[in-house]
Amino acid sequence: MTKLNTEAHIARPDDFYAALIALHEGRSKAESDAINARLILILANHIGDQGVLQEALTAAADSRHATQK
Amino acid sequence: MTRIFETPLYPYRRSRDQDASSPVRHQAVVVGAGPVGLAMALDLCFHGIPVVVVDDNDKVSFGSRAICFAKRPLEILDRLGCGDALVEKGVVWNRGRVFFDERQVYEFDLMAEAGHKRPAFINLQQYHFEKFLIDRVGALQAAGKPIEIRGRNKVIGIEAKPDHAALTIDTPEGTYGLEADWVIACDGANSSVRALLGLDFKGRVFEDNFLIADVVMQAGFPPERWFWFDPPFNRGQSALLHKQPDNVWRIDLQLGRDIDKEKEKRPENVIPRLKAMLGDEVKFELEWVSIYTFQCRRMEKFRHGRVIFAGDAAHQMSPFGARGANSGVQDADNLAWKLKLVIAGLAPERLLDSYDAERVKAADENLLNSTRSTDFITPKSEVSRLFRDAVLDLSEKFPFARPLVNSGRLSTPCILDGSPLNGPDAEGLPAATRPGASAVDAPLGPDWLIDRLGGRFQLLTIDAEAPDHLDVDGISVERLVLSADDDQTGTLADRWLGTAWSALYLIRPDQHVAARWEKFDEEAVRAAVNRAAGRG
Repeated sequence: MTKLNTEAHIARPDDFYAALIALHEGRSKAESDAINARLILILANHIGDQGVLQEALTAAADSRHATQK
Repeated sequence: MTRIFETPLYPYRRSRDQDASSPVRHQAVVVGAGPVGLAMALDLCFHGIPVVVVDDNDKVSFGSRAICFAKRPLEILDRLGCGDALVEKGVVWNRGRVFFDERQVYEFDLMAEAGHKRPAFINLQQYHFEKFLIDRVGALQAAGKPIEIRGRNKVIGIEAKPDHAALTIDTPEGTYGLEADWVIACDGANSSVRALLGLDFKGRVFEDNFLIADVVMQAGFPPERWFWFDPPFNRGQSALLHKQPDNVWRIDLQLGRDIDKEKEKRPENVIPRLKAMLGDEVKFELEWVSIYTFQCRRMEKFRHGRVIFAGDAAHQMSPFGARGANSGVQDADNLAWKLKLVIAGLAPERLLDSYDAERVKAADENLLNSTRSTDFITPKSEVSRLFRDAVLDLSEKFPFARPLVNSGRLSTPCILDGSPLNGPDAEGLPAATRPGASAVDAPLGPDWLIDRLGGRFQLLTIDAEAPDHLDVDGISVERLVLSADDDQTGTLADRWLGTAWSALYLIRPDQHVAARWEKFDEEAVRAAVNRAAGRG
């Protein structure tokens, strides 16, 4: 079974991050929320695998995990 | 013109039981003459059990109510002699359209899978459905079968005893007592039998109100299902348009919470809403208007000794997915043959506990599906609405989002995995026909497999040897001899053989697979029959 990849996997992290923030520039909170929701759905479909998605859902919800860094 | 649902079809008539000096005992009494009670009565009659149906009413359902009847109940009604009448009258639709805000986001074709006698489902008013079943009861009566419906016979008291139940029935001419070895309560979501016995009915209550309007119009709308999320004519809510026979259209408008039901039901408030939806120029007549809220709940157990619950009396769900009447008819299908074996002394009473196990599992599956549809259609939180709208937005451009759109997942039969009645499975045979599944239809030349199954235990053999008849301690098992060559389309082999060369299936009287093998082994078949009859 495929596992959720939590190692660094994005070739140019700064470029991706800048693009993600740029996507939301000049948008209202409502617009940004809608974009984020669509983005999650598009990425989830790309992953497809229910096990990996479940791992990702758990990882995102685990706040200790998120604040430990 | 008097409408069908305003005419008494089984008017009150005094029964001899009312003049008896002590309560008359019957083998089976069905409470309620709705779709489930009628199917239950017909199925008991099919199995040769005399049956009395008592109903507090004397007419078919007021208004269309349930309007979608799925393939599996149609197959059951075929076995009970009503299938053709239902399907001839019903509307078959294939195209659905989904609208979001002001635009159509996508359309779909159901592309019904070929090789089935019956369509995925038909649209038909509940009153027509009930009328056809009542006609069938009449035909059986005329042929001398012991089946009767007693109109305006309301159950006002019930006492559950270890070996029977004692009922008190109220009629226009006063009350009388009636006893039954078995009572099957099919008296709906507000079951009086359940209330009288003080039994539980737990679940989730939904607060959104929905307005149902049946309108008669000679409209140019095609026979399609249209579903709107957040349309301009019903902001923030949903809407549904669905065709029924006789130029009747079902319109379902979500109204939200905290509304004044009586006010919203008045024609002067309903008509402007419909005009906003259909356009000012469309001429229509209101046939029936109702406002409903719904609940998703079930009884913890469906069997309480000699009193057994079926349909909405046992489990109530949201209308999305058409799982109410459809699952109730399957309850009846599951129960009738078991009662028959128990009454005939061929199976122990505990066989009836498998009704509980199997139909509770099915109810949970139906409740899960209908609750999920409800949560998609009426999002309960800001974030739930956010994702719902994101799915709808994406569905216009991206096919991947369309399966996430949930405006109702149509009723399909539950596969009874893990049932205590299931026997052995064999490797290499298709998953869709595994033990617990209801038989998957296939063409047999001009005939259909489904028409050759049901009503008794059968051993279906495909290119396999077996005796033509087996007697398993009083239970007769008939062989149905088939070959993959019987179906030149290859569908039979696809659905029942898979990668195997031969197969044997033990089929229950309700057309469900009990066990299967690649080769005949008499001891194994006998053990499986005993298990499927609750003797294991």
